[in-house]
Amino acid sequence: MSGTHSDEPSVLQHHFDNLGQQFEASSLGMWLFLVTEILFFGGLFTAYMVYRLTYPEAFAEASHHLNIVLGGTNTAVLIGSSLTMVMAVYAAQQGARNRQVLFLVLTMVLGLVFLGVKSVEYSHKFAEGLVPGPNFRFEGDAIHAQLFFSLYFVMTGLHALHMIVGIGIMAVLTVFAWRGRYTRRYHTPVEVSGLYWHFVDIVWIFLFPLLYLIDRHGAGG
Amino acid sequence: MLNNVTDPAVEDGATEREPHLVPLRVYFSVFAALMVLTALTVFAATKDLGAFNTVVALAIACMKAVLVVLYFMHVRYSTKLTWAVVAGGFFWLLLLLLMTLSDYITRGPGWLHFG
Repeated sequence: MSGTHSDEPSVLQHHFDNLGQQFEASSLGMWLFLVTEILFFGGLFTAYMVYRLTYPEAFAEASHHLNIVLGGTNTAVLIGSSLTMVMAVYAAQQGARNRQVLFLVLTMVLGLVFLGVKSVEYSHKFAEGLVPGPNFRFEGDAIHAQLFFSLYFVMTGLHALHMIVGIGIMAVLTVFAWRGRYTRRYHTPVEVSGLYWHFVDIVWIFLFPLLYLIDRHGAGG
Repeated sequence: MLNNVTDPAVEDGATEREPHLVPLRVYFSVFAALMVLTALTVFAATKDLGAFNTVVALAIACMKAVLVVLYFMHVRYSTKLTWAVVAGGFFWLLLLLLMTLSDYITRGPGWLHFG
């Protein structure tokens, strides 16, 4: 049997017994990193929760300036990119090189569409004077609306930064996948990068309703 | 597209690394569910449900997150150790949110104005 595994020395690190154990360790390592990410974003969600409860009227008014159509479109785009990501992992699990490359590229394209829509939203906010700072213009409780927009820019900005990092990871994976590095027996990088991509999707799944939706039905209500 | 699954060559890796080939229909169903839930949460946001707007939005978001974690992130098919790490991470997040909330909402009248 060992004769058929000519690629084994290059993919199995010497401190692991077998590829299964090596994969478990990699997957668990990525999950431990993601747990720190959960708490990293968790701090921001906590800050948002406290200030939204403290200034509900200002937060409701401010959230009406966000565009639900653009936010909703981006949610669909991101969910679509999660589907193409699992399809890339699925292709990697079968060692199908071309499909792997195709779905990794599609994932990157959808990620870039998300960032493009996000930049359109940001430029609207700049044009409307909704960026916190000396040029902030807001009719109503401007001080506390600034608090909302500070949290909006920090939370969506850090989320976008994670997207940019994710697209970079996908680009590297695409090159390696193109070279045929990931086979049915060894495709751990594709799987653990998928975990990261889906995590970033989950962050948006919470950002969208909290920032855009929950006060939509009426100001001050 | 799917004929590789029955390829006899699969067996050579099976002893040391089972790739957990989740059927494609599972992924498509989860994707469809996520899209339906997104439409549902946008629709619910247009209705005035009082304090329940937030509850409904968060409940739907949690359902979506659970679907992604279990199926797209393969936790459903992972080891107990991975389960424990994932559950631990979300449990600590819950502690962070609930402990902070329990502080703020017990600071007496005047601080908290519910809508």
